[in-house]
Amino acid sequence: MKIDILKVAKLANLKLKDNEENELEGQLTSILGYIEKLKEVDTEGVEETSQVTNLENIEREDFTLPSLEQVTALSNANKKHEGFFEVEAILE
Amino acid sequence: MKYIPVIGLEVHVELKTESKMFCGCSADYFGKEPNTHTCPVCLGLPGALPVANKTAIEWCIKIGLALDCKISLLSKFDRKNYFYPDLPKGYQISQYDKPFCEKGSISIRSGNNTKTIGITRVHQEEDTGKLIHDIVNEKNVSLIDFNRSGVPLVEIVTDPDFESAGEVINYLKKLQQIVRYLDVSNADMEKGDMRLEPNISLKLSGDQELPRYKVEVKNINSFRFVEKAINYELKRQEELLEIGETPKQETRGWNEKKQITQSQRSKEEANDYRYFPEPDLPPFRFEQSYINELKNGLPELPEQKLYRFQSEFKLTLYDAEILTREIELADYFEKTVKTGKAKNLNPKQIANEIINKKVNIDEISPEVLAGQIQAKFQFTKVDKKELEEAIKKVLRENEKAVKDYRSGKIQVIGFLIGLVRKETAQPIDTLIIKNLLQKELSKQ
Amino acid sequence: MKLNELTIKQAIDGLRKKEFSALDLTESCLDQIARLNPLLNAFLTICNKEAINAAKQADEKLRIGDKSPLLGIPIALKDIYLTKNIRTTASSKVLDNYIPQYDATVVKKLKDAGAIILGKLNCDAWAHGSSGENSDYGPVKNPYNVEYTPGGSSSGSAASVAADMSIASGGTDTGGSIRLPAAFCNVVGLKPTYGRVSRNGIIAMSSSLDSIGHFTKTVEDSALYLNVTAGKDSFDATTPNLPVPDYSKNLNKSIKGTRIGIPKEFFTEGLDKKIKEKTMEAISFFEKQGAEIIDISLPHTDYAIAAYYIIQPAEVSSNLARYDSIRYGNKRSYFGKEAKRRIMLGTFTLSAGYYDAYYKKAMKVRTLIKKDYEEAFKKVDAIITPVSPTLPWKLGEKINDPLKMYLSDIFTVTANLAGIPGLSVPIGIIGPSTSSEQAALPVGMQILGPQFSEELLFNLGHQYEIGNPNKEKPQL
Repeated sequence: MKIDILKVAKLANLKLKDNEENELEGQLTSILGYIEKLKEVDTEGVEETSQVTNLENIEREDFTLPSLEQVTALSNANKKHEGFFEVEAILE
Repeated sequence: MKYIPVIGLEVHVELKTESKMFCGCSADYFGKEPNTHTCPVCLGLPGALPVANKTAIEWCIKIGLALDCKISLLSKFDRKNYFYPDLPKGYQISQYDKPFCEKGSISIRSGNNTKTIGITRVHQEEDTGKLIHDIVNEKNVSLIDFNRSGVPLVEIVTDPDFESAGEVINYLKKLQQIVRYLDVSNADMEKGDMRLEPNISLKLSGDQELPRYKVEVKNINSFRFVEKAINYELKRQEELLEIGETPKQETRGWNEKKQITQSQRSKEEANDYRYFPEPDLPPFRFEQSYINELKNGLPELPEQKLYRFQSEFKLTLYDAEILTREIELADYFEKTVKTGKAKNLNPKQIANEIINKKVNIDEISPEVLAGQIQAKFQFTKVDKKELEEAIKKVLRENEKAVKDYRSGKIQVIGFLIGLVRKETAQPIDTLIIKNLLQKELSKQ
Repeated sequence: MKLNELTIKQAIDGLRKKEFSALDLTESCLDQIARLNPLLNAFLTICNKEAINAAKQADEKLRIGDKSPLLGIPIALKDIYLTKNIRTTASSKVLDNYIPQYDATVVKKLKDAGAIILGKLNCDAWAHGSSGENSDYGPVKNPYNVEYTPGGSSSGSAASVAADMSIASGGTDTGGSIRLPAAFCNVVGLKPTYGRVSRNGIIAMSSSLDSIGHFTKTVEDSALYLNVTAGKDSFDATTPNLPVPDYSKNLNKSIKGTRIGIPKEFFTEGLDKKIKEKTMEAISFFEKQGAEIIDISLPHTDYAIAAYYIIQPAEVSSNLARYDSIRYGNKRSYFGKEAKRRIMLGTFTLSAGYYDAYYKKAMKVRTLIKKDYEEAFKKVDAIITPVSPTLPWKLGEKINDPLKMYLSDIFTVTANLAGIPGLSVPIGIIGPSTSSEQAALPVGMQILGPQFSEELLFNLGHQYEIGNPNKEKPQL
């Protein structure tokens, strides 16, 4: 199993240092190697379990609840400007 | 024609529910102070969990039913993972392999014919926040408002069945009409309630297969630019094909100022969305009886109303189309017909009045309008003689005007109509006076 | 006996009888924290002022006879529980300066029940780990021997209760993060049924596996605590609307005739011999009390870690995507090694072309593991296994071998994959032994049951505790 570490890091929005790349590649390869043992399991016709609650159709009625105040919403922001969160310019 | 356009559409319709898709914040965000309609859920704070809005799901299914879709009896939400500053959780809750609605169709007008467009799927998702580009302290920055984050969206995806911008526009108008009839969205493109992303490519005339590339065009934010953007893109691709190049598969954005489409590399970098079932939301299972109930509860849709107006009220296709364009006008017409019945008015008279006079339905009630129409027609019946007397009198006393008219200055008829009105002191339809005046003036 | 050494039950009795005040009790805990935290590093944030204020308010209420179930009881919470206006870091520098805008549902429930929050507890960053060493704020030390790990990821939660710094504590268990440290620190740890306790406001690790539980000194206390935290929450769609019984009601029920399963897959070569002995001793206690001991098999156990290390990192990669430093927190470059490892692993297994081979396959194996338990619970009422195949290891021993670290959860992850409850109960101390340089370290068993069988687990655990009093306190 060859992992394209740079591509995965880009998808994950992580910037890796050179030494991290190599280290991660080795570790991930070893973990994926271990995971290979799942191939031994016959899962033909087995359904997937993504939840264990057996709950279905959990919905809320369409009414409003109070929102946070603007100052609270922005209280942990790194940068803010006139009620907005601010980030470096995004090129469209 | 050497090339045939192959166009498919993704349309996002924002629902007008009270609250957002997965939290209790008000969904009515337009024009509000930034970041005043947020909570831990739609702001993507740590630990916050989504709970689905029942009404939004019901409306999504209604849209699917109106588009003749099959409704999935077992459905679920999935996470669509990508990074963008307007996407607070780093994923959008959407639907991947089990959308609420699939495999529908809609018929649209294409020239003088009707054409069936396949609906691939109708699914539910949530909106993102809004980015504004600005300069703060002489630096280019992007500002983010999360009021729109989490507002329910329904995405309607068509098969690549459109062959011209005109067809696309007819489809959009019809879709807009349907969601307005269903009363689930304002579908105002200018306000962003309805957003359109066409996939455009060209194939050689006679080719059976789909082209091997497609170009997605974003940022078409107004009805006015749909045609321009599509036609620009078709022309651009044709020029490339003509010199032997295959257009690149990519995302392009419509630049309204420059009136061109431009490559948007930034949107393409993360196109591996790593969908997986949303663990925070249990799946949905619907009984067929519930779906039937929703289907039976649908209002009469524009298409059905159009046919009924033609057959029940003996209207022309033209009149019926105008009257059913908006449900408010259609309802107004039917109410006027109902009260007009007792006054011996026929639907055609009422349709003419509404269409020709562009009646303001917010100011004049159906009862008042019926009364006005009745007065007009009764007067001409009863007092035709009196009117003719008045006309003769006016003509007699205004020889100069008569002379002018006969020498070709036909606009003086307006002056004469006014005098007749004054003479009779009755609210008479201008058309009737005009007809009688013309008749009298042509007598010599 | 010092006040901070009391159990919830004893403290409530004393408070209601006015033998001491909530302020006395709280100060006694704060004193212990001040004395021991420099050594153990269990607390990241200590809320002296807030706790003392809350204690005074509790005393007011006690005076007028308020019977709120945890009134005046000082507790502490894993720093993964959002506490309004109190810094919450998940033990990661990414959230070094994060002040939550809201309380987790569980925090709200605990406060409403009268509990006093002493502070926030260290853990593996983002709850990723089995030793506590992945914390960006240094590891927690095992109160029984500070050279050893207290177990993770809820390392501070276990150490806090073991060292009598708090009467009880909150933790989270995604693959064993409550049961393992409970066993390593000689305290009782409950991982409730998935969905029994709301996850709202708990920093998500792996949403389909995360279970919100707690550490106490006794099984009875564990039941009293769950009485407060359990129940449906309108802000968490995965909490079923099932009634919350009084979990302390059936503690003394006879366990005669209860069928207890012993799964052979948990008693193989990999299991430390002394732990096996201790566990068998505990099982024979139940047998003497009239329980029926039945050999069973959970055939897919061996695949649990592999399935878990696909599902969990996949969800982790998505759950940690919101940390983009725009609305709160620091840049993504502040993520530690383990978080980066899991984000990368999860991103890879979900990416185009690999989803079917990894994620989809793992979800199917998960089904088989869940079915193993469903089959087993047709034959038995509960299952008993060791919590860990090994005794606590020395700090630093496994830190450079992630796979080895992952494998320490081998006995606990299946309960998370199946969504069933597990109660970790101390069964004694092994060592010291001069021949093998073995320090004296605690051992635990876990009692597993079908979904929503917490009452039975408490009943079994309590009966064991009565017959085998746990008196070994750490020497600190």
